[in-house]
Amino acid sequence: MTHAHASRRASAPALRFLLQVLLIAALASLPWFAEKYYVQFVARIMIMGILAMSLDLLLGYTGLVSFGHAAFYGVAAYVLAMLTPAYQAAGFWTSFPIAVIGAATSALIIGFFVVRTHGIYFIMVTLAFAQMLFFLFHDTRLAGGNDGIYIDVRPDARILGWKPFNLERYDHVYLLVLVLFVLVWLFLRVLLRSRFGHVLAGIRVNEHRMRSLGFETFRYKLACFTIAGALAGIAGYLSAVQFGVVNPEFMGWHQSAAVMMMVILGGMGTLAGPVLGAAAWMLLELGFQSLPVAGSIDLGKHWQLWMGGFIVLTALLLPSGLLGAWSSLARQVSARRGAGPQTTANPMASAGKGRPLDRQP
Amino acid sequence: MELATFLIQLLNSVQYGLLLFLISSGLTLVFGIMGIINVAHGSFYMIGAYLAWSLTQTLGNFWAALALAVPIAVIIGLVLEWLVVRFLYTRDLLYQVLLTYGLILMFEELRSILWGDDVRGVNIPAALDASIRLTDTLSYPVYRLAISGVCLVVAGLMYWLIQKTRVGMTIRAGSVNREMVQSLGIDVKLIYRLVFALGVTLAALAGMIAAPVSSVFPGMGNQILIVCFVVVVIGGMGSVKGALVASLLIGLVDTFGKVLHVQIGGVHLLPELASMSVYLLMAAILLWRPEGLFGKHTG
Repeated sequence: MTHAHASRRASAPALRFLLQVLLIAALASLPWFAEKYYVQFVARIMIMGILAMSLDLLLGYTGLVSFGHAAFYGVAAYVLAMLTPAYQAAGFWTSFPIAVIGAATSALIIGFFVVRTHGIYFIMVTLAFAQMLFFLFHDTRLAGGNDGIYIDVRPDARILGWKPFNLERYDHVYLLVLVLFVLVWLFLRVLLRSRFGHVLAGIRVNEHRMRSLGFETFRYKLACFTIAGALAGIAGYLSAVQFGVVNPEFMGWHQSAAVMMMVILGGMGTLAGPVLGAAAWMLLELGFQSLPVAGSIDLGKHWQLWMGGFIVLTALLLPSGLLGAWSSLARQVSARRGAGPQTTANPMASAGKGRPLDRQP
Repeated sequence: MELATFLIQLLNSVQYGLLLFLISSGLTLVFGIMGIINVAHGSFYMIGAYLAWSLTQTLGNFWAALALAVPIAVIIGLVLEWLVVRFLYTRDLLYQVLLTYGLILMFEELRSILWGDDVRGVNIPAALDASIRLTDTLSYPVYRLAISGVCLVVAGLMYWLIQKTRVGMTIRAGSVNREMVQSLGIDVKLIYRLVFALGVTLAALAGMIAAPVSSVFPGMGNQILIVCFVVVVIGGMGSVKGALVASLLIGLVDTFGKVLHVQIGGVHLLPELASMSVYLLMAAILLWRPEGLFGKHTG
């Protein structure tokens, strides 16, 4: 190996760290030069990024294809809405932990039932339980029913008389979202590199083997499901704060499917992938919605048609997501140049990068 | 509860259960034989109902509409299999879910473009527009009995097709060992295409015959799809017998869950919770038998 190669490899992590810090700094400075609309749009992308990362913990890292992940996102949003008294603010420092714990608890209870199933059953059962919660909020007058429930006043962040931020201001909401986004990212990085994270990867590759090695895989999967639910709860709370209204669609299956799509679009089994996917998804949605009227058909009004077509094509043509497509392109280019490793030495490393799950026999 | 009321609710639950069976048997067949999870299955129910509505409008006759709508459903099934579904046989479950979910969005929007977003109604055909008197005040519509009859006939035909005919034998063999059947010179691809079209047609047929009693509305397919998932989870994936038992069970639980709340109407303990009874049943079954009542145990 040449000297240039070695030094490049040594400096790569430092470079990446620097890039990440620069990216965060750039994001943090956004409210000072961008208009309100764009700031809120980027905040929504980051909220969806949190939700997508939390789903990827199940989907990409543990191999649990959950089709009901929006349930926990919705539960946390509803907890905030129900804790908020009419025309008054709930306390941020109490409502936030309660909402996240609420999401985690519902994930724990639902997980207790669903985690014992596999493959196709898991998909259908997670969807069915999410629908159960959907109907609970949709059909009963528990929290505004079908119409949803308004949060008249955003949570109050006062602590011992000091108010570090004001959630009635959109830029403060944005910065709170950014802080929590970075914290969730760091948390997942640490978690996935821990022993726990390695056990999850082991379960994805071969659960039987993990069990015969003495791991109580049920407990690990349940813990993973609960953590993912809690993180989805963070996203749900933030969404409720940003929109100021919560309705059953928060936990509808279109929401669950959209998050799943973000994860796959970006590339599952990575942390950057779901975030990239969330951004791509929201931009696409916006793009399709602003299509013009052509003849007798309003192309923008029927944006779901194009979205559906896009999903079909992605599922057919882009199995490893944008990141996967990017890295295979990069591999081809570097192979043509005759430099760099053409295949990764460790099959697990490439397996993590948007690897399609093994087909069930 | 009075005997007559009880009888009516029992008939209702059997009718609902049989209709569910018609839809979920297609779902479970397609999975059991082809290994495909099709979340767009509910859309075919919706398409069937809308076809029945729009063709009845155009032709002025429900039976003529039915006679035209069934072949259309078969063609939709064949074309879809050829166009997209055949690329899914070797793919992971996740992509099957995604692709068929994309199809749902497309079907919903195409429905919106073609037929609009309004709630529609189909009249009960004149020949069956009568009621059987049970008591002085209670009667039961003949059309609902006819629905149950059609479902039973179709179930019988399916049993005969799969268990007693040569085609059925090939279908069963194909689900066990695809390569072996292919090497015997049988066109498995064709078999798959036919099975998929059969599933589509069953769901669409259910939509058509249900249209006169339930209204025709956007999103009706998604509502029924989730219930069918519950049916399949309870009955066991790939088991037609399981689908039948679970459908009838769900029919009973759902219907009587709603009736009993009327009975204890004075108490008003969130009566709408009745719609959750089906899911609670599923949770209980999952604890007891995670692979469903008639499912094969998978590790």
